[in-house]
Amino acid sequence: MEGTAVLDRVTWRVAKVVAVHDETATARTLALAVRNWPGHVAGQHVDVRLTAPDGYSAVRSYSIASAPSSDGHIEITVERLPNGEVSPYLTQEVVVGDDLELRGPIGGWFVWRSDQREPIQLVAGGSGIVPLIAMLRSRSSAGSSAPFRLLYSVREPGSVFYRDELRALSNQGDSVVITYAYTRVTPKDWPRPAGRIDAPLIAADTWPSTLRPTSYICGPTSFVERATDLLISAGYDREKTKTERFGATGERK
Amino acid sequence: MTVISRGFSGRRTPADAKLPPGQYLTTDFPVLSAGPTPHISLDRWEFTIDDGSNVLKRWDWKSFRELPSETIATDLHCVTRWSKLGTSWEGVSLDVLMADLNTDLPYAMFRSYGDYTTNLPLKDVINKQAWIAFKYDGADLEPEHGGPARLLVPHLYLWKSAKWVKGMTLMPHDKPGFWESLGYHIYGDPWKEQRYSTE
Amino acid sequence: MNASMNYVDGNAAGGELSRIFAVDITSAEGQCANCGAKRRFAEAHLYVRCPGLVARCPVCGHVLLRLAKIQERLFLDLCGMTRLTFDTTKQSNATS
Repeated sequence: MEGTAVLDRVTWRVAKVVAVHDETATARTLALAVRNWPGHVAGQHVDVRLTAPDGYSAVRSYSIASAPSSDGHIEITVERLPNGEVSPYLTQEVVVGDDLELRGPIGGWFVWRSDQREPIQLVAGGSGIVPLIAMLRSRSSAGSSAPFRLLYSVREPGSVFYRDELRALSNQGDSVVITYAYTRVTPKDWPRPAGRIDAPLIAADTWPSTLRPTSYICGPTSFVERATDLLISAGYDREKTKTERFGATGERK
Repeated sequence: MTVISRGFSGRRTPADAKLPPGQYLTTDFPVLSAGPTPHISLDRWEFTIDDGSNVLKRWDWKSFRELPSETIATDLHCVTRWSKLGTSWEGVSLDVLMADLNTDLPYAMFRSYGDYTTNLPLKDVINKQAWIAFKYDGADLEPEHGGPARLLVPHLYLWKSAKWVKGMTLMPHDKPGFWESLGYHIYGDPWKEQRYSTE
Repeated sequence: MNASMNYVDGNAAGGELSRIFAVDITSAEGQCANCGAKRRFAEAHLYVRCPGLVARCPVCGHVLLRLAKIQERLFLDLCGMTRLTFDTTKQSNATS
């Protein structure tokens, strides 16, 4: 029913934390069992609301990291920000068994649906990898063979989320190609010196624009602006270049 | 029914009896903005007072800085509920800027670089209640906090202290500015908790 | 472009605006009343660190939309957009 569909996305529902696991020294994945979860599409996010006993509340948006599924479970990965109000609580206080309130799934533009067949270029800056791993997981669970490339820019090797999973994906030999770009510290003997993504990297390690790929760019605002300009300059179609900005420090809201 | 989050209290410290109702104390200085931070070069900066038809007064940065200024120690109260006590500023009083200006127009719309506006009764910006501030905590006011100069009207909620101020337009009737036209109170007295429009 | 990068984008307004719009607004195409640029609402520059939510045209910076949540009321000002075009065929939570 259309009426129910509207209310689904607008209502705050309760989610129980069923597992936690650290991705890096500052990022943690929370696995949530969500009451009456209507399902989601890769790329969508949820709004999480925390309420203090005196009624004070704070709301933040987090991308869903997990692939679409029908079991009412989702995962979010939260990066702890130095002056954050909500992220320190979610990454350090919350334990299995705690309840959170969330609203969603939200978003219809920055999504990848498994019936899409065209080449996909993913570009992640730091925690911007979260909605993009959902797209990779969605591709795997749907058995899609759509050609995917991921350009993942991080500060240093310890900042990579989902490292083992990404390695397994690129070793699988079914058209997922992953390139890492390190901006501050590289692994030993790394061929490219530390630095921000630039035109030569785009030319070497992303789909040529002649393939008319759809691209998804996610991360801090300044990263997204830079990456978008580079892809558009390389001939990517603006209407097929989809972006999601996480704000000046990578925090949304 | 809202779920209370075990162990969550946000950034706040316990309420203090000296604060206006509904406020909490902060020790940092949050930056709130409805748009990009304007970067105004001092050789193009100006502050004007007009009446809607005629420019009555104008200062460029040099002439503005030649005006007598004073230090102000005051508390700030933001409608988003944070209060910051004991802040120190340096600025030119609106009493100085409006000296020898004769007007019977009782209201003013303050205008900023960018597109921000906020309205005030003229009687709330005279008699040592308002300044055009250009220093905060002993240093030049930073762009993210409204530099080179912002309006400072501490007896009202901080949204009335327009950042990046560039002028005031005198008006015969009160008209809502940027936030006042979107549900926020036309006057904004924190001690009467006038956050929102009552209409 | 805004050197301070103190904005997010229209995606982040999806939750609040879903209380008003029955269909997903992030994929709607909007036209700026100031410069005429047509962009997806997801691409709007969104300022959320203020007592409300302000969406600006990514090309000219003009205000497209403002939203304030005041107690039990929502104030929405759409004056900065001349047209919003929605595609109602794909719903945001279709799982496929």
